Amino acid sequence: MSKYLLNKFLYTVDRDPELVERYRSTPRELVTWWEASQANAVLNCHTGEASTWLRLTDEERSALIDQDHVRLFALGAHPFLTLTLFIAMFERDNTEPLEYQKAYGARLAHFDLPYPDIAT
Amino acid sequence: MASIVAVIASTHHPFYYKASTATGEDRPPFADEWTRKILAFRETLTRANPDVLVMVGSDHFHQLWLDNMPQFLVGKAPFYDANWYNEEREFGLPRMLLKGQEDLSSHILRAGLDEGFDLAFSNELRIDHSITCPIITLRPEADLPIVPIYTNIFAPPLPQPSRFVKLGETIRKIVEEWPSDLRVAIVGTGHLSLELGGPRQFGPHGPDPEFDRRAVEWIATGDLDNCVREVTLDSLHSPGNATHGFMDFMLMMGVAGAGAKADHVDTLDLFHTMEAYFTWYPNGVPA
Repeated sequence: MSKYLLNKFLYTVDRDPELVERYRSTPRELVTWWEASQANAVLNCHTGEASTWLRLTDEERSALIDQDHVRLFALGAHPFLTLTLFIAMFERDNTEPLEYQKAYGARLAHFDLPYPDIAT
Repeated sequence: MASIVAVIASTHHPFYYKASTATGEDRPPFADEWTRKILAFRETLTRANPDVLVMVGSDHFHQLWLDNMPQFLVGKAPFYDANWYNEEREFGLPRMLLKGQEDLSSHILRAGLDEGFDLAFSNELRIDHSITCPIITLRPEADLPIVPIYTNIFAPPLPQPSRFVKLGETIRKIVEEWPSDLRVAIVGTGHLSLELGGPRQFGPHGPDPEFDRRAVEWIATGDLDNCVREVTLDSLHSPGNATHGFMDFMLMMGVAGAGAKADHVDTLDLFHTMEAYFTWYPNGVPA
């Protein structure tokens, strides 16, 4: 399982307004593009060097493509990263304050402590 | 030697800026009370008349990332840009530029290393709301030079709670030994019980009001013995999945000193989280 790479996806998409919009509107295309061209970029480093070994599992890839925050939570993705990015994509559809945030929590109601391990 | 004129610990609620500046229908019903409490809290720093602020916080996956994650990091730069695109997007926080106090940064790094903390450093650090929220609440002029200190409360494996306390005690000693006539306030922010991205988030109160009640009591009375005995890396999962931020409060208890009763204590029960504000005056309450 590549929790690190899941987090890297959430982190890099969240910090780029264009990628947030592409993930919202065309998740399969965005995830496929990201894994092929961005997954091995060494962040906070000059360009021209890259890693060679990072790859999402099939389960992780499909959770990202499905924008399924419950499965991402179960897989141990960092909950702060998931929440921040998903609020960016979906809070705009709220019809009342905190509607999306509350529904997001309610969909996780079946999780008891201890939650899935987020250590990378 | 430098004098520590105030030690301040608080939560860092990113929505304060938006709530306190909202008007008309956009202004939430709790904004007036919240603003009153913040103005009283701000006065506790103002009356200490500081020249320099040491600011303890925690980067929320902004500049610090899992490919190169420090446990404790000290900024050493002449300036710090502040706040990030996703904080502007979600919280409406403004971009800021703060001055640095490089002499004190150098002193803390050198003395911290010699005291047994292998501190990381950064010469180009863009700080986030864990440090700008207390600037906005306590010193909105943002006119004082700062030394930012980041702790890892976010990306396990984390240092033990006792290590946060020890770092706080060490920062206190180091700043008191700084050969300077300047007046230093040490300000740190963390969380009480908090859940982010889990089933208990955004409830009518913080996820664990009983933990919050005991935590406020520990901090207000300087009860490090009970706090350190009860709080472990494992136990902090129970009050809420982001409650490890409480360790920054423990760091500040270390700065204030065991048994030190806070001179100012205030709380505000909000949806999602309890706000808490503490000020100690190591040299007595300013006139």
